[in-house]
Amino acid sequence: MAEDKFDAIVVGAGPAGCSCAYVLAKGGKNVLLVERGDSPGGKNVSGGRLYTYALELIEPGMYQRAPLQRKIVREQVMLLDKQTATTIDYFDPRFSENVPQSYSVVRAKLDEWFASEAEAKGATLASGVLVDGVIEENGKIVGIRAGEEEMRSDVVVAADGINSLLGRKAGLFPDLQGHAVGVGVKETIELPDSVISARFAVKDDEGVARVAIGCTDGISGGGFLYTNKGSISLGIVFNPVQAAKQGRSIQEILQDYKTHPAILALIEGGTTIEYGAHLVPEAGYRGIPERLHREGIVVIGDAARFGINTGLIIRGMDLAMVSGLAAARAILQAANTEEVGPLYIDKLDELMLLAEERAFENFHGIFEIPRVFREVPKLANEAMQFLFTVDGKVPTPMVQGLTDVVRRNMSLGQILADGWKVYRSL
Amino acid sequence: MSIKRLSPEEALALNKFAVDEGKPHIIVDKAICAKCTDRACLVVCPARLYRLKDGQMSFEYAGCLECGTCRVMCSEGGVTSWNYPRASFGVSYRTS
Repeated sequence: MAEDKFDAIVVGAGPAGCSCAYVLAKGGKNVLLVERGDSPGGKNVSGGRLYTYALELIEPGMYQRAPLQRKIVREQVMLLDKQTATTIDYFDPRFSENVPQSYSVVRAKLDEWFASEAEAKGATLASGVLVDGVIEENGKIVGIRAGEEEMRSDVVVAADGINSLLGRKAGLFPDLQGHAVGVGVKETIELPDSVISARFAVKDDEGVARVAIGCTDGISGGGFLYTNKGSISLGIVFNPVQAAKQGRSIQEILQDYKTHPAILALIEGGTTIEYGAHLVPEAGYRGIPERLHREGIVVIGDAARFGINTGLIIRGMDLAMVSGLAAARAILQAANTEEVGPLYIDKLDELMLLAEERAFENFHGIFEIPRVFREVPKLANEAMQFLFTVDGKVPTPMVQGLTDVVRRNMSLGQILADGWKVYRSL
Repeated sequence: MSIKRLSPEEALALNKFAVDEGKPHIIVDKAICAKCTDRACLVVCPARLYRLKDGQMSFEYAGCLECGTCRVMCSEGGVTSWNYPRASFGVSYRTS
């Protein structure tokens, strides 16, 4: 293999790498797709919901071939206090019509399929290969090293995930910082499909995506729940800097969330079959490194720290796919290796990825308000308790009762300050 | 089985691991950790592989979920080397 020279070596067979390899191979390029897992997806964890517009961009109709789980038709937001829960449920059957908006996914299945699609177009997949570094000659990146082996290409595409060793080794950006990431932990809980459909009031191919606040011990972050085929993905993502100060183990806080009475009712009778953890980019547009390329290398997907989290919408895999498409288009169009990097940024712009990131540029401000994660969900639940309690006594007048609930949790100054911060962040 | 609280050990026991015996992919310098007061690793490692034993830092690389949190959160440089396990070793996720 050391003799061969590829047009492109793509490192990492996740959504970004597979998207790039697929489009390059389809465009006639000689592509090597390298994956450190024994099979693609074997090292990956995601929440997991995929917005399928990204697959549509790569190739219309492609999502219909993908091993997707359930079409999300219920979007739910849950506010948790110790025992109580207030859930907002938005049901929209149109989400399952025409161009479906999003599906729950299981990465071991999705990534393996996507890599096989790239192979079918002519890409060479090398699984079970850990890339140790890049080869640099005359100021250019000209290939990769994996153990004793050297593999050469015109362009290296670093799709090696959030910890991107290649981006760092190529000198493009420094390591991640704690405040710019979230730590995600997740249990996969097996439950019969019919039970899932009944508990969540959906048809057998339809599902629920739920976000929860108030389950992180006041730490900036939240819980999630996705219904899959025959399983539920249940987890928490939060800020490790605040978690470290707060002092309780991440794994333990996940156990609290899992055994909250309102969550337990949904997963009761199920069996946890896997426990995973992963970092996610949390700083949005501001977290994207200034340099995503130099001659001979471009960085895509989680490695480029593309991510959008509005609290309600959490996106990573779709952006990864779009960035892989952008890199592939740049490589296909470039007349020489020097042109690839600048063209890649142009393509990211054309595909509106950077504009989308910029639209949410200030959003992170909301997650810096500490009360959002404890006092606000507590207040909501206490208000509900007041409104729904009948005990045969003379009730407190409604306005006074609700004012009392608010005052117990927040001062007027805090409400004004937080309200202003939310307004500024939107 | 039904839903119950899982200890870190119970949770990790559900996963498929291939341990690269004698070849840790993360190197921790206990002398540096001895001087560290933050010790974020004790809390943030999702697998709880960092523990204090008789006041000394101990780290067990088998069971690592390869997330990178310890490296990112290490403030004193006690994590002197952080790599992924060699090919075909480490965790293999099947349903995540």
